[in-house]
Amino acid sequence: MKHFNINHLKIYNMATRTIAGVNVDVNEEGYLTDASQWTKEMAREIAKEEGIELTGKHMEVIDYIRTKVLSGEGLTIRGIGKSGVVDAKTFYQLFPGAPLKKATKISGVPKPVSCI
Amino acid sequence: MKKLLILGAGTAGTMMANRMRKILARDEWDITIVDRFKTHYYQPGFLFIPFGIYQRNDVVKPKNDFFPIGVNVIYSKIEKIEATESKVLLAEGVVLSYDFLIIATGTRTAPEETPGLKDKLWYKEIFDFYTIEGAVALAGFFKTWQGGKLVVNIAELPYKCPVAPLEFVFYADAFFTERGMRNKVDITFVTPLSGAFTKPRATKMLGELLNDKNINIIPDFNIAEVDNDAKKIIDFGGSEINFDCLVSIPTNLGDKMIERSGLGDDMNFVPTDKHTLRSRDHENIFIIGDAANLPTSKAGSVAHFAAEILVENLICAIEKRPFTASFDGHANCYIETGFGKGTLIDFNYDTEPLPGSFPFPGIGPFGLLKISRMNHYGKMLFRWIYWHILLKGKEMPIDSEMQMAGKKL
Repeated sequence: MKHFNINHLKIYNMATRTIAGVNVDVNEEGYLTDASQWTKEMAREIAKEEGIELTGKHMEVIDYIRTKVLSGEGLTIRGIGKSGVVDAKTFYQLFPGAPLKKATKISGVPKPVSCI
Repeated sequence: MKKLLILGAGTAGTMMANRMRKILARDEWDITIVDRFKTHYYQPGFLFIPFGIYQRNDVVKPKNDFFPIGVNVIYSKIEKIEATESKVLLAEGVVLSYDFLIIATGTRTAPEETPGLKDKLWYKEIFDFYTIEGAVALAGFFKTWQGGKLVVNIAELPYKCPVAPLEFVFYADAFFTERGMRNKVDITFVTPLSGAFTKPRATKMLGELLNDKNINIIPDFNIAEVDNDAKKIIDFGGSEINFDCLVSIPTNLGDKMIERSGLGDDMNFVPTDKHTLRSRDHENIFIIGDAANLPTSKAGSVAHFAAEILVENLICAIEKRPFTASFDGHANCYIETGFGKGTLIDFNYDTEPLPGSFPFPGIGPFGLLKISRMNHYGKMLFRWIYWHILLKGKEMPIDSEMQMAGKKL
């Protein structure tokens, strides 16, 4: 499912905040609204706020997520679980609670939309 | 002769066969529709079967009753679409060529995707109600059940008819109340969503309704497996929920043929332009209904609204003109809330369900995001409309494009 078609991302509430010393645009839930502003240092800082200390494995998943989203493809837990980068269980262990929401926030891409 | 080929004779495929046969000249266009099965199921009726309101006979008719004269009907397994060759391979070596192809092969439940779901308790204490077999088995179980913990779990998104699991728990509340045993049945609604539904206002309204009816909701639960011995469902994060009766909405996947044809995404749904309804990869293939990967509900109403768009765009493609119709993702769902009442939601890709009146602004007779008897009658009347008007592609007094008139922001 193509959740990240940039044309239907309507940003209503924008704000700026400083992450890792850089001013970036975020939405009301703290997601970066411009994925190109993202850096690895920001990822570490956002992760800390979510109670996660990033490891190499986290970074592999983040790379995968950014590549997928920036090429206009959708993200699902199923897709990530079958990506060969991590299985679904490990993905949950890396980003406990709400993995897709946390992982996208840390990756500097929009929160996936549930399309039902 | 030119050839229009339709794969799948469910709601969407049957509607398209009827509509296109009226438009395309019979001496110029052959229309062929292929399906494996001869029975048409009225799927919105499955919800009523576990509670004894409908029986099997209320939801089945022969598919042959709904095809117009002048359409070739083939009952066969579809092996594969060879999109670059504009050919479809059926069982036993039959090959069909086409000028234009409509894929309407829908979605199916795939309980085998969740370990332990289709195991020794399947159709004993674990059921689905999205298949006729599951709905009938559950009806038998409920007849003699003494009560306990009833857990309704949505395995994964997307799934067909997004409001049906909510309707199921509302009906279960009414059913066990009417049998004088509601105090013996604990009803829990377990969902991967963060609330009762996706869009804010409908989620709030439906969440309050669950609360009023003393139905527990456990959100953000992504099922990893079912433990048949301990009778519990376990999510990827490790949290566990016990059940005495589990009603599952299994993972939904597109048809296996889509995978064999190499035309699907990671759930076998076909990548489709959400406005034109054309395949993203092949110019002479269009997709309608649940088979498409559109970011809207998988539901008959969506297929119905999309059909009008597809008819227009298909004609544009045939006549080599730019597309003139654009699908807005319009969905319209009657939601049974139990005790002879119902509510209604109407929305599209960009507009969430809003309160108001439908289909006539200010008049109704149906109320959006309101609970009324009239909405329930709308749902019950719909079966007649489905068999006699909708499948046959006749006009209905509802616009395919969602209307803002009658809605309150």
